[in-house]
Amino acid sequence: MSQPPAKPDLVTVNIDGKEIAVPKGTNVIEAARLVGVDVPHYCYHPKLAIVGNCRMCLVEMGLPAVDPATKQPVIDPANGKQKINWMPRPQIGCGTNAMAGLHIRTNTPQIKDCREGVMEFLLINHPLDCPICDQAGECKLQEQATGYGRGYSRFIEQKNVKPKRTQLGPRVTLDDERCVLCSRCIRFSKDVAKDDVLGFTDRGSYSTLSCYPGKQLANNYSLNTVDICPVGALTSTDFRFKMRVWFLKQTNSIDTESSVGVNTVVWSREGQIYRITPRRNDEVNDTWIADSARVLYKQVRDDSRLTTIQVNGQPAELDAAISAAAEFLKVGNVAIVGSGRSSVEEQFLTKKIADAIKASTQIVARAAEGDKLLISADRNPNTRGALVTGLISKLPSAQLTELAAAIDAGKVTTVLAINEDLAAAGLSAEQLDKVKIVYVGTQSNPTSAAAQVVVPTHTVFEKNGTFINQQFRLQKSQTAVPGVAGTVNDSVVLTQLLAAVGGNKLASDIATLWNALSAEIKSLAGLSFAAISETGVVLSSTEFASLAFPEGETLHFKPAAKP
Amino acid sequence: MNFKQETLQRIDEVITHYPVKRSATLPLLHLIQEDAGYISDEAIEWVAQKLELQPINVFEVVTFYPMFRRKPIGRRHVKVCRTLSCALMGGYKVCDEFKKEFGVELNEVSADGEVTIEFVECLASCGTAPVVMIDEELHEKVDTAKARALAAKIKSEAKR
Amino acid sequence: MPAPSQRRLIFQHIDEPGYSNDLACYVRNGGYEILKKSVTRKPEEIIDEVKKSGLRGRGGAGFPCGVKWSLVDRKSGKPIYLVVNADESEPGTFKDRYIIHQDPHQLIEGIMISCFANNVKQAYIYIRGEFPIGARILEKAIAEARAANFVGPNILGTHYSCEIYVHRGAGAYICGEETGLIESIEGKRPYPRIKPPYFPAVLGLYQCPTIVNNVETLCHVKHISDMGGEAFSKIGTPNNTGTRILCVSGHVQRPGYYEYEVGKITLGQLLNEVCGGPLPGRTFKGVIPGGSSAKVLRFGEIFTLKNKDGSTRTLTVEDIPMDFDTLAACGTMGGSGGVIVMDDSVNMVDALANLNAFYAHESCGQCTPCREGSLWMKKITARMVHGDARAEDGALLNSVANQIAGRTICAMGEACSWPTMSFVAKFGDEFKAYPETKNAPKSTDALELV
Repeated sequence: MSQPPAKPDLVTVNIDGKEIAVPKGTNVIEAARLVGVDVPHYCYHPKLAIVGNCRMCLVEMGLPAVDPATKQPVIDPANGKQKINWMPRPQIGCGTNAMAGLHIRTNTPQIKDCREGVMEFLLINHPLDCPICDQAGECKLQEQATGYGRGYSRFIEQKNVKPKRTQLGPRVTLDDERCVLCSRCIRFSKDVAKDDVLGFTDRGSYSTLSCYPGKQLANNYSLNTVDICPVGALTSTDFRFKMRVWFLKQTNSIDTESSVGVNTVVWSREGQIYRITPRRNDEVNDTWIADSARVLYKQVRDDSRLTTIQVNGQPAELDAAISAAAEFLKVGNVAIVGSGRSSVEEQFLTKKIADAIKASTQIVARAAEGDKLLISADRNPNTRGALVTGLISKLPSAQLTELAAAIDAGKVTTVLAINEDLAAAGLSAEQLDKVKIVYVGTQSNPTSAAAQVVVPTHTVFEKNGTFINQQFRLQKSQTAVPGVAGTVNDSVVLTQLLAAVGGNKLASDIATLWNALSAEIKSLAGLSFAAISETGVVLSSTEFASLAFPEGETLHFKPAAKP
Repeated sequence: MNFKQETLQRIDEVITHYPVKRSATLPLLHLIQEDAGYISDEAIEWVAQKLELQPINVFEVVTFYPMFRRKPIGRRHVKVCRTLSCALMGGYKVCDEFKKEFGVELNEVSADGEVTIEFVECLASCGTAPVVMIDEELHEKVDTAKARALAAKIKSEAKR
Repeated sequence: MPAPSQRRLIFQHIDEPGYSNDLACYVRNGGYEILKKSVTRKPEEIIDEVKKSGLRGRGGAGFPCGVKWSLVDRKSGKPIYLVVNADESEPGTFKDRYIIHQDPHQLIEGIMISCFANNVKQAYIYIRGEFPIGARILEKAIAEARAANFVGPNILGTHYSCEIYVHRGAGAYICGEETGLIESIEGKRPYPRIKPPYFPAVLGLYQCPTIVNNVETLCHVKHISDMGGEAFSKIGTPNNTGTRILCVSGHVQRPGYYEYEVGKITLGQLLNEVCGGPLPGRTFKGVIPGGSSAKVLRFGEIFTLKNKDGSTRTLTVEDIPMDFDTLAACGTMGGSGGVIVMDDSVNMVDALANLNAFYAHESCGQCTPCREGSLWMKKITARMVHGDARAEDGALLNSVANQIAGRTICAMGEACSWPTMSFVAKFGDEFKAYPETKNAPKSTDALELV
């Protein structure tokens, strides 16, 4: 759990006549944002070191005039207020930090000229690639040229020619002509990804972003450079030429690669997902995400996707499948294998089903080494959801040895598997044969092949849900695309199953489910799905303080001292 | 890498001049270029390893400075100054004269491998313009006649 | 008024028959006596003398040396470094070369006194790569001085130690910029740093407080320590004290280096008397008085300056005394002291094209205005000279230059744009007429400048 921030030392600054109190040291670009003033920039990024090289954020800076002899404020007779000494040279906003009495002007003729100048300079060697450039629609050069450029070109010389289609690495394509040499990618690779592999070669206007010949930008965070590149120099090879961004719908979601719970945006059009990008959360992932998390949307249309409800190998309607499943479940000796990848709502419903039929519950652990950045050692995004909902009371193991033994001993005759492949968790084909299996999940696998009832459900991209990350932060994910034809929403399946085995009749919509969740689970009291903020809600974790969670340190997370 | 023993000794010594190893990048590149005549890919990687840097760190520096060459040049290096004071005194004609004498374009190696001519920026001897550096020596007040004489000297020294 | 005589304070022994650059010769001529006296004094006293002297930097900016030293953060607990700027790359400048090659011990003594005064234990001499012989001379001189206990551990029987190392550059003008120089010593691409916060006096070499001084400036420190700050301040003119070496090149009869009390010689005396006037059959047309980054002056221009009592005085170009303040008041600068003279054989568009090519080549490329603007200005003047010139190109050049100055990370913004601004301002007629001029038949020995 991160410490609550110390109370900041506030200073009052004046930006274009608007006064605001900001923490001392806040840079002018951020301070201006707070009063609704846009200070255009390229090289500045809130999560990277300040370099001040684009010169687009130039602003006029002034400080209150004080008589050096008497130390008294100098008053301007024209308006009776303290005179402001405006510096003749404009200053970069990113490199100017708030101090008491700082005055900033961004709307003067000089600043207008500065911006037009920088825009003109950036465009003179920039190729006319907009029609074929992926960045169009989210390109800072386009936006700022429109907002602050002069609108016409005076350049009639030959533009510089540079390499245009370099495969910088397995996932990133580089077009050096478009590069504005802001160095964001270099700073990111070196300081955040800790992979010092990018640099500028040659000099002056011929400077070129490069990798050392023979080396590649191949680390698992390489695509962040594409996100932060303000122009179309660095682009995603996967996304190249696929879709114009203005056609894409953006949905806030949560990455399920690990318990870090990186915040994401899922970009889709007409039911197809085209890419995933990180969503800023200063408490979880800053503005970053691992490359491996971005490809998770491919599971939606993967060949292994289950798309037909089946009973005993034959296509069936949902009602029939629910009835058939309920028959098996009511018999008794049921083990429920839930998932650390299911949402809190699904785990809640799973627990209710377990209570209704007195079944044992477990989930399957996914442990792998964390990368100390945005992938934790727990590759289940929602182990803590299972704990908070009571689905489990201790940390899971990767192999279901107890269940296997119970099956061999005849103590378990039916297994309800929710999105977990029992074979991968250690059960043998013989053991799968010994039990009746109801499989509720997304991808086909040995378990779904052996199951008597198969109900295909939704990936995280096709439903609403919440997940509790390693910080015990409850974060919500929203439906990006409709479920693939033939699939059913997990909550619909689970509420129907619950009703069919004699449990409560609950509506499956998420708002109503949350009425139940907030009523029945102490740490979720008072919450509703709508009210969960986009940056999440940190829940109490004292109840679980004695558990030896596997996660080590990652960005914004330090594990609690071992119990 | 096949550096002379003396070069390796001087490399080790110069690294001790700085509290941070990276600072020795320029001195090492100079020593290697003096030894091998140019900076090869191998040399860049060698320097990176020696100074505990990434190859890109060294590569960035090598390509920034015009004095570092990535390929061998002629045995004799003729640098004619092109900046204003020398140009005012006829530097461009002097450069053309050298090119004519050796039958090369700028930055090439002459057919016999003997000469490379570069047209460089101000060499800080403007009062005796036009100036030319041949290898490490500065030659002052080089008009076209003197250029021909210097070229002749280079050619006679080459025959040996 | 006849020109005054030179006052060879720094250049006392330059070109002196029989004077060699070894320690023995230097000591024979009284060398290191001032260092011996200086180490017996309190370091703060020496800083005080330098403040009193009014010494201004001789590298180009003319910033008061005593003020620079007083800004050093002495409370951080970090080591303080001194870096000697021996990069001498400002076109038109050729003075540090002679100190380094012919009188290196004067520099070393100046360095040691300055280091002692500022509690510096480690100094680096950043020498441009194109002075390979100079680098070896300096290394030899340092070794001699170390052997004689003038440099190194516990010098001259004191507890004060200071080491000097030579660090060679490799052909980049931007390494003459103090923070670019520091980045270069650190082994990185020499991108100047943003100020604030990276003022060398606070966050310099290895993020430690650092003093960066020009070669000539440090030599003056030796003399200041000898004669005292007040005596030094009486040399030259008020606020422009001491002597400085003026380097004259271009179209004069006797180009070369000349050391004068600052402000005691006018541009006209310098060029017409000392340098013998224009070449036969020629008249002076333009002069750049302070290194190529300084704004050009057009002979025939008149300057109207305010006097202290409110009255005004007018000066022709020839009347201008060679001091920092007057040159600044005339819209140019004293800079590095490099005086480049152009006579009526010079086409000013061609001359500017030559300079624009220099600045475009030397721009480090870090910040947008200088990187793109310097190359654009070069492309315009190159097109004018080699392709199609348009009458409006002068105005375009001026507009581009004005988009650069004042908006960059370092003074290279001004350096690359002031030539263009001033050539277009002063010789705008030639820029407008260039399309015709270009097409006029040229004589075969026309001056090729680009």
